[in-house]
Amino acid sequence: MAKVVAVTGNEAVANALRQVNPDVSSAYPITPATDIMQRFTSFVSNGKVKTEMILVESEHSAMSGCIGASAAGGRVMTATSSQGLALMWEELFIASGTRLPIVMALVNRALSAPLNIHGDHSDGMGARDCGWIQLWSENAQEAYDNTIQAFRIAEHMDVRLPVMVCMDGFIISHSIERMEYLEDEAIKNFVGEFQQTNPLLDLEHPVSYGPLILPDYYMEYRKAHAEVMAQAPKVVLDIAKDFEKISGRKYGLFESYRLDDAEIGIVILNSAAGTTKDAIDLFREKGIKAGLLKPRLYRPFPYEEVGDALKHLKAVCVLDRADAFGGSYGPLFIDIASSLYPYKDKPVLINKIYGLGGRDYLPGHAELVLNELAEILRTGKVKTFKEYIGVRE
Amino acid sequence: MKLKKWKELTPGAVCTKAGSALEFKTGSWRAFRPRWIEENCIQCLFCWAYCPDMAVKVKDGKMEGFYYDYCKGCGICALECPGKKGKKAIVMEEEGK
Repeated sequence: MAKVVAVTGNEAVANALRQVNPDVSSAYPITPATDIMQRFTSFVSNGKVKTEMILVESEHSAMSGCIGASAAGGRVMTATSSQGLALMWEELFIASGTRLPIVMALVNRALSAPLNIHGDHSDGMGARDCGWIQLWSENAQEAYDNTIQAFRIAEHMDVRLPVMVCMDGFIISHSIERMEYLEDEAIKNFVGEFQQTNPLLDLEHPVSYGPLILPDYYMEYRKAHAEVMAQAPKVVLDIAKDFEKISGRKYGLFESYRLDDAEIGIVILNSAAGTTKDAIDLFREKGIKAGLLKPRLYRPFPYEEVGDALKHLKAVCVLDRADAFGGSYGPLFIDIASSLYPYKDKPVLINKIYGLGGRDYLPGHAELVLNELAEILRTGKVKTFKEYIGVRE
Repeated sequence: MKLKKWKELTPGAVCTKAGSALEFKTGSWRAFRPRWIEENCIQCLFCWAYCPDMAVKVKDGKMEGFYYDYCKGCGICALECPGKKGKKAIVMEEEGK
């Protein structure tokens, strides 16, 4: 039986981690992720979990600790945000290149400078190509569900890669919402036992981790990594089906909202998708065929499936909560454009940068964008391909 | 040696074979080469103890030269060598001369 609760996103993720009961966690506090580990360490202190908790002196050490513990043979998790993720940078590649199934909650927050603690996606976007799997979550329920599924995805024998579960800082991490917890026993059975492939602590079969790989082999390892990433979407879908059996909630590679017969559409990640869906309902009531696509599995990006879901639209706006400086468009826009590139007939694409550093994204912003898309449909003319919205000019 | 294809590799580059470093010959990096002068050697085995690799050849408890396949020419053995009556038993010589 599910239990209905009113909790913050951080509390939801901390509880998912309690239910998974990992062997080891190594973490360092950083706003807004601090609250996850603060709650989790109280579970450790109160004997609610059997996790070995390692308190370290930096995020670089936090991820290093996770790497060591995972190689040793443990099921491992951590949490971070923004500058913390930035400080983990080199370790992120070591975790993925060593194929260690670490699970990390990333509470999305803007990067310095200027210093800002609020929600935007520049941290997660900066780490999108580091060889980790990324799942993005709209609300506390999705963050909880994704965290539980992340362990199964990471540890699946066809994958064995680290997984980052993203949710918006403060907007989700610190806001109380209605959601449902599953039973402890159901989660325990769902994640099962973890068995590392070549654990360092198996003294009967000694192994070495982290060898020097020169030009004669490095490229083969990278090719293997790319191929393993390519297996992830299938695994993500299989595990979503299993999860549906215990939760009744359906998950795909992305969420389509009123998209099938849509002519105009918005592509947007995480919490802002909720606001956008309301605006879409409003436009539907006015007889305008609007829809939404919200990516869930962002790395590896399911280019074919996303392209197929969007190709019939006439005009699409991709909203990015991060800019790719010098890259001309936001990171999500670049991926959406790539997914539509193979098609001869495809929608007109425009890009808006919104909500940086926790700037509010209001229903009015979504309506503004949908009006502009409707105008493009009417006139066939594009005013501008990329612009910042909600900014003082 | 036939190189493996990407599908044949151990995930995450984990080495599952003990002692496989023997197959990785690193001596070619060397710019200076240690030369052993047997008459100055007191068999203290400092060179063997200090060698950061395992490039000092010891048989039946006695130093008897170097494994040049693994010696990178760092010179620590020559530095630590006490020698006999002020004469070093290990000297470093430039490679290729």
